Amino acid sequence: MDILGALLLKPFADIGGSPLFFLEVVIGGVLTGVMYSLVALGFVLIFKASGVFNFAQGVMVLFSALTLVGLMELGVPIWLALIATILVMIALAFAIERLVLRPLVNQAEITLFMATIGLTFFLEGFGELLWGANVKKLDIGIPDRSFDVGGILVNEFELFAAGIAALLVAVLAVLFQRTKIGRALRAVADDHQAALSVGISLTSIWVIVWAVAGIVALVAGVMWGGKSGVQFSLSLIALKSLPVLILGGLTSVPGAIVGGLVIGVGEKIAEVYWGPYIGGAIENWFAYMIAVAFLLFRPQGLFGERIIERV
Amino acid sequence: MTQVAPASASTKSIGEVLLKIEDVSLSFGAVHALSEVGFEVRDREILAIIGPNGAGKTTMLNVLSGWYGPDQGGIVFKGVRRRRLRPHEAATLGIARTFQNVALFKRMTTLDNIMTGRHLKMRTNFLDHALYWGRAEREEIAHRETVERIIDFLEIEAIRKVPVGRLPYGLQKRVELARALAAEPTLLLLDEPMAGMNSEEKEDMCRYILDVNDEFGTTMALIEHDMGVVMDISDRVVVLDYGRKIADGPPDRVRADPAVIAAYLGVAHADA
Repeated sequence: MDILGALLLKPFADIGGSPLFFLEVVIGGVLTGVMYSLVALGFVLIFKASGVFNFAQGVMVLFSALTLVGLMELGVPIWLALIATILVMIALAFAIERLVLRPLVNQAEITLFMATIGLTFFLEGFGELLWGANVKKLDIGIPDRSFDVGGILVNEFELFAAGIAALLVAVLAVLFQRTKIGRALRAVADDHQAALSVGISLTSIWVIVWAVAGIVALVAGVMWGGKSGVQFSLSLIALKSLPVLILGGLTSVPGAIVGGLVIGVGEKIAEVYWGPYIGGAIENWFAYMIAVAFLLFRPQGLFGERIIERV
Repeated sequence: MTQVAPASASTKSIGEVLLKIEDVSLSFGAVHALSEVGFEVRDREILAIIGPNGAGKTTMLNVLSGWYGPDQGGIVFKGVRRRRLRPHEAATLGIARTFQNVALFKRMTTLDNIMTGRHLKMRTNFLDHALYWGRAEREEIAHRETVERIIDFLEIEAIRKVPVGRLPYGLQKRVELARALAAEPTLLLLDEPMAGMNSEEKEDMCRYILDVNDEFGTTMALIEHDMGVVMDISDRVVVLDYGRKIADGPPDRVRADPAVIAAYLGVAHADA
């Protein structure tokens, strides 16, 4: 009975006992969730446009952050380093299209997926070769401290990160919905044959999505790297974005955003309110538990396309 | 330069040779899909490619639009000879096409589908979109006007905002035609534009094809199985059988050609 009470009653009593603190937990969760969304967004972009599940998205986060920090350590001012890193990510997109995607056109999805695993190892090694394997500190001038808003503590850095992420999502939404390139991207995602017939070049579209995914990775890398240092474990946050993808659906941009927020908020609440009763550290596995539940009951995710196969 | 097509009742002028197929051969393994097929398509003409199933009609269209490269022979388009085209090259040159099984962007609306047809006409690039928002937006509006005229022309105003996946087949075919027209092609290739349609829809489609040809001067090469339709709308007919050209001429003459009749109905064997 004690256990049941601890799991089913006490946490809710705690929540009711201090609504203001609950709000603080939720806001903290939203701000972390936004960062999960950012990583998940990179996956979704590439998967939608080319049908490739890009295993290397996590390591692209690491690689971009490493490049940025590496350049800054060489004494390059931050804005110049940012521009240079963006150019590096664009060059990387060209290289990936030419050396990895183009030779594998029309191959099975699993082949392309395996190729991105290879890409993961390459980028990991290449990044460390160029910039070394030490933990690096990334200081972008936004202090990691909390301030008080009407009794609620909000972390300044996380708030800034969320703002940047929101801006990025807004820009991407306009790009996708309102422009020629966005329409071409959606066209390629929908039907390759038809896209070719109206004169859309598949290769240039692939370069664009990989470049955009690279820039999204850079933003995620700056945010996560600024918070916890630039190190190998940065590439592992990709693992955290897998549950986000399962929750939101692999093909949905809004899904990636909502999925990230749900996971972020969910794990914070679980940690703060349920953690003390079952020994803590819930934050580390809560997302995966949600993912398993979704795989059982709603495998296409919240917004993903339902795959109906004719037999 | 007014050479009137003899069989056609219309008085339109058929112009110079726009496209010339030079002895194109193409095999898939041991199957000779096309064997030394050669013909011409003249400016403003409606050319029908007919033949029994497996005659190589769609293969021919795929060669014309750059999907297949021929093993031998070449394509002369607007006076330039090429060994083969790439699909997006063909599109750039002004060759648009539709597909036998409708290749539309099923999740996009009718309007967006037709707008993709303008893709190559749009001049702004990635940077314009990122930096010069106004220019990109003005361009979008200008192209939208062209697209609206096409929508008007094909009478699909009511389905502008409907995702095409939800439309009935006949309408999807019409949207596909609209998308091809949006590219303002010089040469339009239609692969069975009337397949799977009822007679009313067929009549509509015939009318659109003739109107497009008449008003925009678009040259067309089409594959069609309905002989009534073919005889009615085409200026000239090319007949393929087992990958070879067996007849080429005005509809009346082709209809009476013994080789064509034999290909369609079979011939009596000498001993029968």
